[in-house]
Amino acid sequence: MQTLTQRLANPTRFMELSGSVLPWIAGAAAVVIAYGLYLAFYVAPPDYQQGETARIMYIHVPCAWLAMAVYAMVAMSAFGFLVFRHPLADVSAKTAVPLGAAFTFLALVTGSLWGRPTWGTYWVWDARLTSVLILFFLYLGLMALRSSIEDDSLASKLTAILALVGIVMLPIIKFSVDFGNTLHQPASVLRVGGPTIDTAMLTPLLVMALGFTLMFVAMHFKAMRNEILRRRVRALQLAQVEKAQASQLAAAE
Amino acid sequence: MELLLGIDLGPHASFIWAAYGAVVAVIGGLIAWLYIDGRIQQRKLAVLAERGVRRRSARRA
Amino acid sequence: MSAFLALLKRDLMLSVRQGGALGTALGFYMLVVTLLPLGLGQDLNLLSRIAPGILWIALLLAALLSLGRVFSSDHEDGTLDVLATGRMPLEMVVGAKALAHWISTGIPLALTAPVLGLMLNLDIAVYPLLMATMLVGTPAVSFIGAVGAALTLRSYRGGLLIALLVLPLYVPTLIFGMAAVNGLLGVSGTSAAMLILAALSLTSVVLCPFAAAAALRVQMQ
Repeated sequence: MQTLTQRLANPTRFMELSGSVLPWIAGAAAVVIAYGLYLAFYVAPPDYQQGETARIMYIHVPCAWLAMAVYAMVAMSAFGFLVFRHPLADVSAKTAVPLGAAFTFLALVTGSLWGRPTWGTYWVWDARLTSVLILFFLYLGLMALRSSIEDDSLASKLTAILALVGIVMLPIIKFSVDFGNTLHQPASVLRVGGPTIDTAMLTPLLVMALGFTLMFVAMHFKAMRNEILRRRVRALQLAQVEKAQASQLAAAE
Repeated sequence: MELLLGIDLGPHASFIWAAYGAVVAVIGGLIAWLYIDGRIQQRKLAVLAERGVRRRSARRA
Repeated sequence: MSAFLALLKRDLMLSVRQGGALGTALGFYMLVVTLLPLGLGQDLNLLSRIAPGILWIALLLAALLSLGRVFSSDHEDGTLDVLATGRMPLEMVVGAKALAHWISTGIPLALTAPVLGLMLNLDIAVYPLLMATMLVGTPAVSFIGAVGAALTLRSYRGGLLIALLVLPLYVPTLIFGMAAVNGLLGVSGTSAAMLILAALSLTSVVLCPFAAAAALRVQMQ
């Protein structure tokens, strides 16, 4: 009897299962996000300090949450790949990285568009902003390393090692940025956090976070399916080339 | 822009729309790329299958 | 242990006799520090205020420049394969090479900092502390850098890629190094920052060889 993860780990089985599940997840994501947007724009009250600008929060926070969660997932996949040598874990790690980088980028962009009206500047070297920016660089590093090595299986292993180094370093980076921040900037510059959040704003936020998470799962499934197909195409092409070479050799003899 | 979709977003509406627009653009682009990439890979597999190149597991069946 | 020392000695001799690695790194260090006042203007007050930061960042860049060579020359001539099949664990090989990089690059760069500090009008009272933070912090620079060098051994964009991979990982070293220096300039927390910096260095000395050796092993299979 195979465990669930073992059954899922079979690429063919994964293709069958993800193919049947994908439309449902994508549909659920669309419905939840639509409902979340309705709540965010028509139901949630404007913030008493920041006014309407606080509505950026409903996309900013889900993006920031995914930025971190996706990196954790990449690191777990990398660990699974290094320990169990399963190609599907590598497919998962490889396809999640660009998605995570995109959400990190969006967290930075929406954050700075939120910062301009609230803080009066697009960018401050606040601890949280700085650590998200460095997270973005870690994602870029993973993509750059993978694309710079010709041998695919070697690239997978090295990228997995880098992902694990990154997950070990991230808490240290976060800690150091917090430490440096308390030394350099007194809290008077910005009021991070602000008032505790009201349920009228918390509900739309949670709905949006759920919707974005579902959307990420759907996108990740689709990206993994594409990657598996890409690897099949490559394997078939290689097999074809080898066959042609073999028949050429046979003809020459 | 001020009264788009019947919502008044106050003096900073452009920032709010820009933030939501950025999210729509980036995620929309990603979804489009995922869709197109999937189509490309499927077409390549179909072309190979036409030429009689098949996966071992498929051939056995 | 004797094999470790022999390898360390060999790497140090190579770094002295071959190709002037140290000269290049020091020259680069001085050039970066020379260019910054030209770009920032000659306001001596401003320069003396930002001098520790300039010196630290220039040190990171100069150390980075020489990192690519930690494994690549031994990889090209096959020495690394011999070392990998030898009796000494690959982690120790990496440790010896990173240590050699620290002695041959980190320490000289840290010792040059006061000279450059003079050019930046840095308060002389800060020199001992600045050098101390650099001496304590540069082991982390060399050992974390060794991981980057090992990861990029077979990539075609070696040098630039190391920078992209390793510079974000230098953030804690830079922040705690600066925090320790700033401590003397009036803010409290020097000893705490110094201790954390030492902890960072020791941790990277212990952990980084495992990551770098794992990366090397994958590439030599």
